[in-house]
Amino acid sequence: MATTIESPRAPHTVRRSRGVNWEKWGWIYMRASGVVLLVLIFGHLFVNLLVGDGIKAIDFAFVGGKWSDPFWQVWDTLMLWLAMIHGGNGMRTIVNDYATKAVTRKVLLGAILVAVVAMIVLGTLVIYTFDPCPVGSPAELLPSFCATR
Amino acid sequence: MAINTAGTMTPKRPAGTLYRGREGMWSWVLHRITGVAIFFFLLVHILDTSMVRISPEAYNAVISTYQNPIMGLGETALVAAIVYHAFNGIRIILIDLWSKGAKYQRVMFWVVMGLWVITMLGFAPRHLINVFSHVGGA
Repeated sequence: MATTIESPRAPHTVRRSRGVNWEKWGWIYMRASGVVLLVLIFGHLFVNLLVGDGIKAIDFAFVGGKWSDPFWQVWDTLMLWLAMIHGGNGMRTIVNDYATKAVTRKVLLGAILVAVVAMIVLGTLVIYTFDPCPVGSPAELLPSFCATR
Repeated sequence: MAINTAGTMTPKRPAGTLYRGREGMWSWVLHRITGVAIFFFLLVHILDTSMVRISPEAYNAVISTYQNPIMGLGETALVAAIVYHAFNGIRIILIDLWSKGAKYQRVMFWVVMGLWVITMLGFAPRHLINVFSHVGGA
């Protein structure tokens, strides 16, 4: 006599609250941005520290030359946004792990948020409002192309 | 292994943990320490770069502090932290997403250390020569 045995498993129930699963997207963001940041930061370090005289060649004219090129403006903007959010989320994880008092945790998380937003806004403004040839500055401090403008 | 009251074997230490002891734990500790260090440097680095918006003189003054030998050693340490964090980050991604990632996590840690040594052998001499060859006003 054939008997059908019911599956002993309880029916699967989804017990997650509705809405966006931010922790999941944070987890995905850390990995996706991490891979992109590896390329962006290694490129940044190579061009600024290993090519030519490296750090000895970095001055206002060097930065002016780089940011006259939209390629490096976009490169640095991406690096700024991805790195600050990646770093801020990492710091948030660490605070959540070690802060034992609710007040301490809230204060630290607030400080991280303020720092991340402030640095992203400041950095983005600097990249896009930057003038490589400010009027009245000595020519020897400026990129060479300023003379021909 | 000890026989418990149910008559089954109980391991003295939890088996199959990835983040307790040895390479799995120490790679995680290093990942946190380097991550925090890089975060705080990033705050400073955005502020110093923002000096280009004040004046060429202000930017050159702040960036020249990065060009002295003591800071040169600090930059080498910073790059060492970044390179470790980057390579170990790839290892974490492989542990999470590659079907054999957890099995080979210990091997991958030593691969990370090997790649870190190779990268630093490429970076450190070049950077330190740039920093120290100009010492003394040259």
